[in-house]
Amino acid sequence: MSVAEQSIAGAEARGHGFLASSVGRKIVMAATGIVLFGFVTVHMIGNTQAYIGPETFNAYAKFLQGMLHGAGIWIFRAVLLAATGLHIWAAVSLTLDNRAARPIGYRAEQNIASTWASRTMRWSGFILAVFIVYHLMHLTIGNVHPAFDHTNPYANFVKGFQVPAAAGFYIVAQLCLGLHMWHGVWSVTQTLGLVHPRYDSLRRNFATGLTLLVVGVNISYPIAVLTGFIH
Amino acid sequence: MSKHLNLTLHVWRQKNAKCDGKFVEYPAADISPDMSFLEMLDVVNEGLIRKGEEPITFDHDCREGICGQCGMVINGRPHGPKERTTTCQLHMRSFKDGDSITLEPWRAEAFPVLKDLMVDRGAFDRIIASGGFISAPTGSPQDANALPIPKENADLAMDAAACIGCAACVAACPNASAMLFVSAKISQLALLPQGQPERYIRVRDMVAQMDAEEFGTCTNHGECETACPKGIKMENIARMNRDFIKASLTYRPATGGGGVG
Amino acid sequence: MELNSRIPDGPIEKKWDKHKFDLKLVNPANKRKYKVLVVGSGLAGGAAAASLAELGYEVECFCYQDSPRRAHSIAAQGGINAAKNYHNDGDSVRRLFYDTVKGGDFRAREANVHRLAEVSNNIIDQCVAQGVPFAREYGGLLDNRSFGGAQVSRTFYARGQTGQQLLLGAYQALERQIGLGTVKMFSRHEMQELIVVDGVAKGIVTRDMVTGEIKSHLADAVCLATGGYGNTMYLATYAKGCNGTAIWRAHKKGAAFANPCFTQIHPTCIPVTGDHQSKLTLMSESLRNDGRIWVPKKKEDCGKPASQIAEEDRDYYLERKYPSYGNLAPRDIASRAAKQVCDDGRGIGETGLGVYLDFEAAISRLGANKIEEKYGNLFEMYERITDDNPYKTPMRIFPATHYTMGGLWVDYNLMSTVPGLFVLGEANFSDHGANRLGASALMQGLADGYFVIPYTIGGYLAGIKPGTRIKADDPAVKAAEQTTSERVQKLFAINGKETPTHFHRELGKVMWEFCGMGRNEAGLKKALQRIPEIREEFWKNLRIPGSGDEVNQSLELAGRVADFLEIGELMCLDALERRESCGGHFREEWQTEEGEALRDDENFCHVAAWEHKGEGQAPVRHVEPLAFENVHLATRSYK
Repeated sequence: MSVAEQSIAGAEARGHGFLASSVGRKIVMAATGIVLFGFVTVHMIGNTQAYIGPETFNAYAKFLQGMLHGAGIWIFRAVLLAATGLHIWAAVSLTLDNRAARPIGYRAEQNIASTWASRTMRWSGFILAVFIVYHLMHLTIGNVHPAFDHTNPYANFVKGFQVPAAAGFYIVAQLCLGLHMWHGVWSVTQTLGLVHPRYDSLRRNFATGLTLLVVGVNISYPIAVLTGFIH
Repeated sequence: MSKHLNLTLHVWRQKNAKCDGKFVEYPAADISPDMSFLEMLDVVNEGLIRKGEEPITFDHDCREGICGQCGMVINGRPHGPKERTTTCQLHMRSFKDGDSITLEPWRAEAFPVLKDLMVDRGAFDRIIASGGFISAPTGSPQDANALPIPKENADLAMDAAACIGCAACVAACPNASAMLFVSAKISQLALLPQGQPERYIRVRDMVAQMDAEEFGTCTNHGECETACPKGIKMENIARMNRDFIKASLTYRPATGGGGVG
Repeated sequence: MELNSRIPDGPIEKKWDKHKFDLKLVNPANKRKYKVLVVGSGLAGGAAAASLAELGYEVECFCYQDSPRRAHSIAAQGGINAAKNYHNDGDSVRRLFYDTVKGGDFRAREANVHRLAEVSNNIIDQCVAQGVPFAREYGGLLDNRSFGGAQVSRTFYARGQTGQQLLLGAYQALERQIGLGTVKMFSRHEMQELIVVDGVAKGIVTRDMVTGEIKSHLADAVCLATGGYGNTMYLATYAKGCNGTAIWRAHKKGAAFANPCFTQIHPTCIPVTGDHQSKLTLMSESLRNDGRIWVPKKKEDCGKPASQIAEEDRDYYLERKYPSYGNLAPRDIASRAAKQVCDDGRGIGETGLGVYLDFEAAISRLGANKIEEKYGNLFEMYERITDDNPYKTPMRIFPATHYTMGGLWVDYNLMSTVPGLFVLGEANFSDHGANRLGASALMQGLADGYFVIPYTIGGYLAGIKPGTRIKADDPAVKAAEQTTSERVQKLFAINGKETPTHFHRELGKVMWEFCGMGRNEAGLKKALQRIPEIREEFWKNLRIPGSGDEVNQSLELAGRVADFLEIGELMCLDALERRESCGGHFREEWQTEEGEALRDDENFCHVAAWEHKGEGQAPVRHVEPLAFENVHLATRSYK
């Protein structure tokens, strides 16, 4: 191929936006991923108070509602919404690029190093997005809840999970979260360049440990309700 | 000597970049296990030529695993089943009698098929031209030993520099991403003191060119590392990302300079 | 034909300095008005194209591979020599010069070799500045090793991939210029003709290997850096695509071909396994630093596994014959010694064409880890190819064609007998005489490209008025294009039955048998009879499927084989006419009682340069006498 036709992006493209570049969007994915995984982890820790009892749990909910005279929770929600939006935008735009990068696939494709989790990120992510909407409608807004009571989050929580279908979807979503986190947490370290051979096994173990903890505890709630442990 | 092999090949045949291609089946009979994979194809091709048919076109040159020109996807794996081995160094003893082998070109939007299993990897050259160098014009630089380099860094730079530019990483990546290739060059030069002056401008330029070539992006599958015949590590991608973050955070447009004297 | 070497006068240490000052300069503002074509993108071509573009010339560079990064310089493993004397072991420019002249068996030009030794140090500095990751010691300074034929540690290396790293350095410098728009790169282009007007090189004709387009490129000077023609032998350590086409077509347009019979047979290659073999793989000579070469003393032991042959039944023949150099004896000597023991019936392996390279002693002395650190990648490569583990059983090696010291004749400015045509690197004949020392090819390629041609081409261009390039409608251009197209048509028109590879293999057998490690009058005469027969058969019975206006690897190969069939003949003719033994050229009629090469300085202390006289005409042998004023003619001894 004659190089006469070649063009070097070079200096003029150098100024091209951080968000337009592939690595830039990956970094957006990673940074927003940290926010979201951080939230999921804190959410999981906060909810363990359900095991202490209705008073503690409801008081915790009230405390969250009243932070910074009620502004806190909205700041929190805005950040989460922005992070989720950016995360989904980056995911969609990178996925479209990646699809376009290989218009013709292989007949005899073999995967060696990749994991099921890494290859299903877009599906686990999609199910999580659906779940988030449902979860908000279920336990925050309450419009898909059988007996929603604004003043009693604990009761909402118990009654909500007494519906087996709701509990089932919740469990499935948590398993997706597990797949997403396991590859995602490790990926964050890779994308942000937090890598050193000395700590390589640590990165993997950290991703596995955090995932098992979050998913394990989260799944315990519907199970505890369904088995009557929490009532 | 072990027994000779009889194989069936399913080969992607495509006349040129504009035509559509298809798989065609060829027998490969009486193949010695001591042959290299490309020697097996030579034998098949000589048979085709004698029959007046067009031989299978594939890129190759040094046939000792260093030039990086050869490469095809063999049963779904770039360079075939043996790890850290280029197609030319793969030997037929890695196959069994009666095996069926599917041969496909590197598949990526950035690598148009020129013919059969031969693709155009000019995108890699353009990425290097965009910044994969140290600007050291021929002349009289300082004495080579005036700049001591810790052995560890020299060794790491050499690990990254071992890349042969074969593009198996792109072929293996489910996203057809070129980040292993690009990051290997960025890493080599970033690890050496000579590479520091252009370190951050380099990463921005090379990533920009990589994107302009329409490669996909890394989603950390790790297929590239497994397919790489030279064992280039994904650690390099992390290093590239780190440098890119720093470069983006500290970037400011060039402010003229020089002037008439 | 006049062979004016243009060696500057004055003492040898001052010649290059003086010459650089005497060369005319091109005004910086005028440089962009001159266009230079560089054919080949290896160490010599890549370095030249980048350096000339940095100076401001308009450069076009061509390679047959898909990228300039793939040139076969990449395969050099061992290292590159330089007279840095970093190790305080007595090295100097003078010693590198001396070793190279002696290693070349007194058939190289002293002045060229001295210049090479002088610039060797600049090369290392330049490559380090480019980011070539040479091996280092813990203190951060550069590491060196000793290499075949040298008693000092002057070889710089980057693991077992020195050629690759040096080439990538040059490639990156070249790509930088391509990005800046000062070099136009044409990969997958093969040079087909040299355009000569009034005896002066003015351009080339190329074939685009993707589209088949035949096109002229016109310029003020042409540099050929297209490597050696060792693939004439079919089985060689060259890349499959390496060919002699560019230099051969230039030869036919008036460039004298010097010492075509000087080929290097490398002692440490992996032996042939069968008829399917398409190429030979070299194992770095650095292995000889720690490996011991041996064969069984008794013929009847040859079939036994190495482990069952007792120490006292092993013949470490290099250590025995050359006690002071031992296993590090120069390549020609080590190769010939291997041939002798195999001729003696003591070769090992199925074919009987092999000797052992044994690391047992080194492993027990240094430990397997140390050996792995030094040679790990070579051991892996050996195992990949042979399925044998060299940590456990000795490697099997045999000599193979590796390098051609001969090439187009050039003067001190690297200009051929066609003004405006420069020849660099392995493609020229200049610096290695009759035998090249290890780690000197990389040195010469880069010296020519980085530090010689940028000066000498200026001296030539300064004598040409800018803007006097010929036009595309010049009859010479049309004629060259037509010759190229006709040649392609002629190859297709044969429409016979045999593949290009078939003829190449046949030629290779003849060359290896009669013009390989040992040559004699009867054999060479036989080869000179056989080669024209193969050539005739080729032009009668060749078959190339497909067409010329697309990718057609059979056509490419056929064009190259057609040239090899002519080059091979000239090699044999030159070997026949050189009635002496020297370096890699061993005429069995001229040997000492101990079987060592016997030079004839009285009659053959010269360069033989062949002039092409037209198709079907006998070429004419011209002579450039060699004077040895600094290194006195002596019998090479490595005992």
